Amino acid sequence: MAEFEPRIVAFLCHWCTYTGADLAGTTRQQYPPNIRIIHLMCSGAVDSIYVLKALIDGADGVLIGGCHPGDCHYQTGNFKARRRVAILKGILQQMGFTENRVWLKWISASEGKLFADTVTKMVEELKKMGPNPMKQLWNA
Amino acid sequence: MEQKKTRGDKGSALVIGAGIAGMQSALLLAEMGTKVFLLEQGPAIGGYFPLLDKTFPTNSCGVCFMSPTPPAFCPIYECHLHDNIELLPNSEVMKVEGGGGDFNVSVIRKPRFVDPKRCNLCEACIKVCPVEVEREFGGGLEKRKAIYLPFPQAIPHSLVIDPKTCTRCGECVKVCSPGAIDLDMKEEEEKIEVGAILLGFGFEPFQARRKGEYGFGRYENVLTSIQFERLLSTSSPTQGLPVRVSDGKKMEKIAFIQCVGSRDPSCGQDHCSTICCMYATKQAMIAKERSPGLGVTFFYMDIRPMGKDYERYYERAKKEYGIEYIRSAISSIKELQQTKNLLITYVKEDGTFEEREFDAVVLSLGFTPPQTIKDLAQRMGVQVNQQGFCQTDEFNPSKTSVNGIFVGGAFRGPRDIPETVVEGSSAAASAASFLIPHRLPQPLKEYPIEGALGEEIPKIGVFLCHCGEELKKTLSLFEIILETKLLSEVVHVEEVGLACLPEDLDLIKKRIGEQGLNRIVIAGCSHREIRGAMEEMAKGMGFNPYLIEYANIREQCAFVHLDYPRLATEKAMALIRMAVERAKRSQPIRKGKQKIDKKGLVVGGGLAGMTASLQLAAQGYEVYLIEKEKELGGNLKESFYTLKGSNPQDLLNKLIKQVESNGSVHLYSGAEVLGFEKKNGHYRTKIRHQNEEKSLDHGALILATGGKEITPKGYLYGEDSRVITQRQLEKMAHLNDERLKDVHSVVMIQCVGSRDEEHPYCSRICCSHAVKNALKLKEKDPRINIYVLYRDVRTYGFYETYYHEARGKGVIFIRYDLENKPKVSLQGGSLQVSLLDPAMNSPVTLSADRVVLSAGIEPNDHRELARIFDVDFNSDGFFMEANPKSAPLDSVDRGKFFCGLCHSPNFIEDAISQGNAAAARAGSLLSKEAVEEKAYLAYVIKRLCCGCGLCVTVCPYGARVLNEEEGKAEVIGSLCQGCGSCVIACRNAASQQRNFEKDLNLAALDAVID
Repeated sequence: MAEFEPRIVAFLCHWCTYTGADLAGTTRQQYPPNIRIIHLMCSGAVDSIYVLKALIDGADGVLIGGCHPGDCHYQTGNFKARRRVAILKGILQQMGFTENRVWLKWISASEGKLFADTVTKMVEELKKMGPNPMKQLWNA
Repeated sequence: MEQKKTRGDKGSALVIGAGIAGMQSALLLAEMGTKVFLLEQGPAIGGYFPLLDKTFPTNSCGVCFMSPTPPAFCPIYECHLHDNIELLPNSEVMKVEGGGGDFNVSVIRKPRFVDPKRCNLCEACIKVCPVEVEREFGGGLEKRKAIYLPFPQAIPHSLVIDPKTCTRCGECVKVCSPGAIDLDMKEEEEKIEVGAILLGFGFEPFQARRKGEYGFGRYENVLTSIQFERLLSTSSPTQGLPVRVSDGKKMEKIAFIQCVGSRDPSCGQDHCSTICCMYATKQAMIAKERSPGLGVTFFYMDIRPMGKDYERYYERAKKEYGIEYIRSAISSIKELQQTKNLLITYVKEDGTFEEREFDAVVLSLGFTPPQTIKDLAQRMGVQVNQQGFCQTDEFNPSKTSVNGIFVGGAFRGPRDIPETVVEGSSAAASAASFLIPHRLPQPLKEYPIEGALGEEIPKIGVFLCHCGEELKKTLSLFEIILETKLLSEVVHVEEVGLACLPEDLDLIKKRIGEQGLNRIVIAGCSHREIRGAMEEMAKGMGFNPYLIEYANIREQCAFVHLDYPRLATEKAMALIRMAVERAKRSQPIRKGKQKIDKKGLVVGGGLAGMTASLQLAAQGYEVYLIEKEKELGGNLKESFYTLKGSNPQDLLNKLIKQVESNGSVHLYSGAEVLGFEKKNGHYRTKIRHQNEEKSLDHGALILATGGKEITPKGYLYGEDSRVITQRQLEKMAHLNDERLKDVHSVVMIQCVGSRDEEHPYCSRICCSHAVKNALKLKEKDPRINIYVLYRDVRTYGFYETYYHEARGKGVIFIRYDLENKPKVSLQGGSLQVSLLDPAMNSPVTLSADRVVLSAGIEPNDHRELARIFDVDFNSDGFFMEANPKSAPLDSVDRGKFFCGLCHSPNFIEDAISQGNAAAARAGSLLSKEAVEEKAYLAYVIKRLCCGCGLCVTVCPYGARVLNEEEGKAEVIGSLCQGCGSCVIACRNAASQQRNFEKDLNLAALDAVID
């Protein structure tokens, strides 16, 4: 069997992390192609539903990227995201996601390398965790 | 040399130097509707700030808050995007003819040898270039080729050839597939006509080699602070870790040596460079965060964190980060043969010698004026001061000696980013009011009316741009096209070469017409790159630009997965599917406009408030000036002479006369603010004036509610009349008061009510205030004995020279610690001050005829005003800005600004700059006929709204209100910035965001997850 290739969905804020991902591109920082990026205006606009749906539909990991604390272009959106993810983690535990599959990272527009490194690391970690446990339910 | 025809007109402005001050001036003037030429001698704009990963005192970046219209991208990018700004990189001013209001400027455009329009940054040329030299960016820590990208975010975003090092071997030309390189490009001369010129030259770091004793250039582990700043950037060769570049050894102990090229007349640098204490402390903190075991030691004379919230930052560095600060003088630095470590010998305050070993030494470089502009300043006739920085009048800080040429930022002297932003804004204000009589109406771009979309079914056209064959190296475009054609609602798929160039844009335009496309998907580079060109094309043909979706298959696929062509192609397909799904659901957006009430309201008639009012009036707006006292003037009434020798009373009288005679300034003195309301696009403030209630409508609010001298506690103040404050002394000295006749000995005590538990901030001005009064007393009677008891002398910038002068005239400075405050007592009817002298480590008793307390500054109690106007204040009671670094005078809410002592303690010239700057920020808003709403606004589906008010609570901009009658929430379009917080907060899905609706996002999610 081929090696397990995790599938990551990323919700990135318009101002910082999406721009950081662009910089990773223009500076040719290489990272594994396991990630699909969805562009939103702010990390604070990532609804828990999006994260849950991504996991239920079989994504192995979800990355939320926002501006560093203090740099949010909408003042406090990243703090809202932080609170939301903290609560979400409790719910995910109860759903049976015992591992850390939802990552919230602060990556600025100038941190292209950090973005590439984060994705690389996340893919490595998810490979260790194995596939999303939800997928087993589909075959039952 | 080619000669082009003259461009510009008398109403436009030329900003020379695209650093922070230059960009700020350019952005503000452009927002006010002025055509701006932004000239930069280097190949990319941005000045020093792309070098900075994090800034103090927030330890974040935050420079994006600088834009007058937040939320925004980095100002470099915003300058590039702005319609009214034309960038002239790689250019130099040769000649300036004419005078204020009508300058003719000859500009040399140096060739960059690479066409930015064609270069797609494939970097093939860099690989083949045989020339390797030190990279200027980061102080020579890394190497670069002769063809290079100055820094990753450089604008113009293309490579450039450095003609000084290029050998013209032509290898790069051979490998450049888009044919962007032309080694035969020639210099071009251009004539530009402008009404005003703004100088944003900035500063240069001191040449570390000039202080040979520190070993820079000889010892490989002696770094400059510029190099260390670069090292700590996450994109540095060490990935931001404090590791020695020379041998890869992890740094365990590092030393910072302060004042290298500052406060040092021996190398012609007698001024204090103002920012080194803070930037070095920041670097130390970041280094410790990255490498927690790192030991950091500072060797310093005085620590000068005198900006807003800087003192707390310094305290945190000491207490939380364990950074060690040693007051000392460096005696020698030696490199150890084996380890290449450095042995520092230093003299401590008590005169004893000590030695310490470090892995690396960082020299905190001071700043000099840029060497290259000396001639230019001379050619323009702009006067410079002794240190070579721009000479300005204390009470006209943004004006140079030449009419029509303005200045802001570090060319006036080294300063931090907040001050630079303020002065950049202040210069823009002065230029804007200067240009008013010359201003020509800007031709408005007109676009055809957009066709209606109605219930038409989507007809999607997908255009795949291969970026000059670049994407084909990784992606199989053939497969992508085949698969895209199968997607539902996609009626047209076509490959294009460079969608950003006019040829391809015309082709897309043609196809929209031919095929009747009503949605477009551009698959190619990031929407950040192409959006501008696409939207312009769409608007030009009456196609709503929000019906264009972008699939980022360049930055997110082709460029970053070079080794996985198969998977990258699959990923590209997923991204195109997502864009098509989004396109199916996206709706045209017509941005609403809110008419602006073109009036300003200023609260507080002190120096800052009067300056702001007059500046706004000069820009052509009506101003209401509200003052609670009967008389104008505030604290300025108590100021009689300045350190630099000007007379504040003349200024006061002039300002009052101007305010009272200015027809556009409506003064309400003895008035009280009763209430404040936010309406669509304007504010309404209720005041009581002469027992009458009045409602004033306005579009911008400036708070200048001032501060006051802290009433000292202890030191027998209030008990003995010979214990006075600096302010009282200033008045006595000015009036030649009899009571100062027989005074032979004066003891001044610094930091009274500053840097203590009750006021844990530095009041910034007291050290200079003491020096000023000491010099005044010495001038009256050279034999008088003056002792200044201080904790750190914070005579920053050029004030340092006066401190030097005072010491030269025999004023004695004795240091004390917070733990051992001086004690004032009465001994047989005469005053005595006793303290512990750290230099002798023994108690000293001074008898004094007068004890003068340097009382700090606190803001007036404006809690009630803050409540009424719905603005925040910090824990010290000063108003809180949207971002302490790059939006120092803006409130979070659009249209509210601060200036003067209610913002932070500052000098007269700072208050003038702030007043002007606040007026510029307000002016950039008022200059528009209407505020255009943001595109991606929130809206409410009223049927679903239960009126719970959660959205009102979460909105950071006050853009949500509850309609009490209907019991439904509403959105104030002009205030909504489109963050989407309310969409998530709403439990009924009644709040939605245009083209980011929840179901749209979920559909996008479905499409990528497959």
